[in-house]
Amino acid sequence: MSGKYQKVAYYPGCALEGTGHAYDRSTKELGKALGLEIAELENWNCCGAMEVKNIDPKLQTYLSARNLSIAENMGFDTVMAPCNGCYHNLKKAEYDLAKDAASREVTDRLSRKAGHKTYEAGTVTTIHALDWIKEAIGEDGLKARVKNSLKGLKIANYYGCMYTRPRHIFPEKDRGPGSESTSKPHFMDDLLAAAGAECVEYPLKTACCGGAHTLSDCDTSTKLVLNLLTTAEACGADVIATECPTCHTGLEMHQVRAEKIFGKKTSVKILYFTQLLGMALGLSARRVGVRENLSDPSNLLRERGLG
Amino acid sequence: MANELAVRFDDAAARIDWMIEAPDQALIAAAPGLAAELLAIGEQIFERWLLAHGTTPTAESVEGFRILALHRQGARGDPSFNACRESCRELVYHHNLIRLDPTHSDVARRLRLGAMVARHLALFIGGKLEVAGLGEFCCSSRPLRQREAPLQAADPV
Repeated sequence: MSGKYQKVAYYPGCALEGTGHAYDRSTKELGKALGLEIAELENWNCCGAMEVKNIDPKLQTYLSARNLSIAENMGFDTVMAPCNGCYHNLKKAEYDLAKDAASREVTDRLSRKAGHKTYEAGTVTTIHALDWIKEAIGEDGLKARVKNSLKGLKIANYYGCMYTRPRHIFPEKDRGPGSESTSKPHFMDDLLAAAGAECVEYPLKTACCGGAHTLSDCDTSTKLVLNLLTTAEACGADVIATECPTCHTGLEMHQVRAEKIFGKKTSVKILYFTQLLGMALGLSARRVGVRENLSDPSNLLRERGLG
Repeated sequence: MANELAVRFDDAAARIDWMIEAPDQALIAAAPGLAAELLAIGEQIFERWLLAHGTTPTAESVEGFRILALHRQGARGDPSFNACRESCRELVYHHNLIRLDPTHSDVARRLRLGAMVARHLALFIGGKLEVAGLGEFCCSSRPLRQREAPLQAADPV
């Protein structure tokens, strides 16, 4: 436990107020159980998601910068974003504002028009929920607090694509021992192992889930997800742990769709890492929002004495 | 030329499916050859992509493996290729693991996992060929932005 990140600004983003509300709930409950404080950004806005970024990338930079500006105004130097998309976009905005004069110019112009201070790169650090728990509590801190070990639970950790890509917007990663790896991320593995889980070798932990193409090319997304699910099962996993609401929802939805459309049934369960850690700390399944997930892991959790 | 070099995705998929479904004994008996075949399938998937885009696939290698050079070649000007960067490395890793110890008790499982990685690669690249823009909206979404702000020279692909 480093003492860092005991109180951070919290940027839930749109997904955590919609399909990812179980992630929002479990992140908050986990923080509370660990004695960590979060303060939600006041009047936050969309980070620019995928849509704005692809149509007008500088507008996306501004939208993310406004959130960073809010964190600064609230007196924070760190904002925690559990959604991979939000995390990625805030990091990208930070990078663009530091490196690209045109992005700074657009952000300044729009900030003045909107009547708030222009965010300056280097003022607020964006972290993921994984960084938050890893730094603020650490593996030893977690081990000491575990009441309901995840022992016997085999987990494949799925990080998705936006947590580590593109590498240059994550300057704190790949810094050697103790830092996160962009080619083989391990923070979620470390935390869940500390809670007693057996994390299996999962060769597709950063592979594409086709998440953004769920509407435009649903079959490709389903096939990609089906391969993620069957590979996890081949690795011996009971559960796929997720740390992104888009990946999580995609895995759950396409698990159902793969059975309906392709007749391929898989039984691996999908849970947010915050739900798993919460239950390891003794929180009930209900409290960490397991009933709000699309798939129902209650049989497995009962078998393992969790929740 | 294109037809000679290009692998049909259905053939690759069928071969991958066979490796995933094959009994342990069949995999164990031919482990080193199958590991090499998996790597070759990965290379052929990239060759097909590059040929379809009017580019001659490189014969170079990166860190001793052509598939890594082909991935790098495909990623030039198409940052969404980052989404399969680690899949290529995982394929190389499984290939090495099997070749290093082809009599290991876990070799059949290792081959199946390698085949599943190859399947992901085939689905992703095959999907990109069928659906323009697959993967470009998410992880490494920079195509439009690149046009506005050239990538820093030091930025890794």
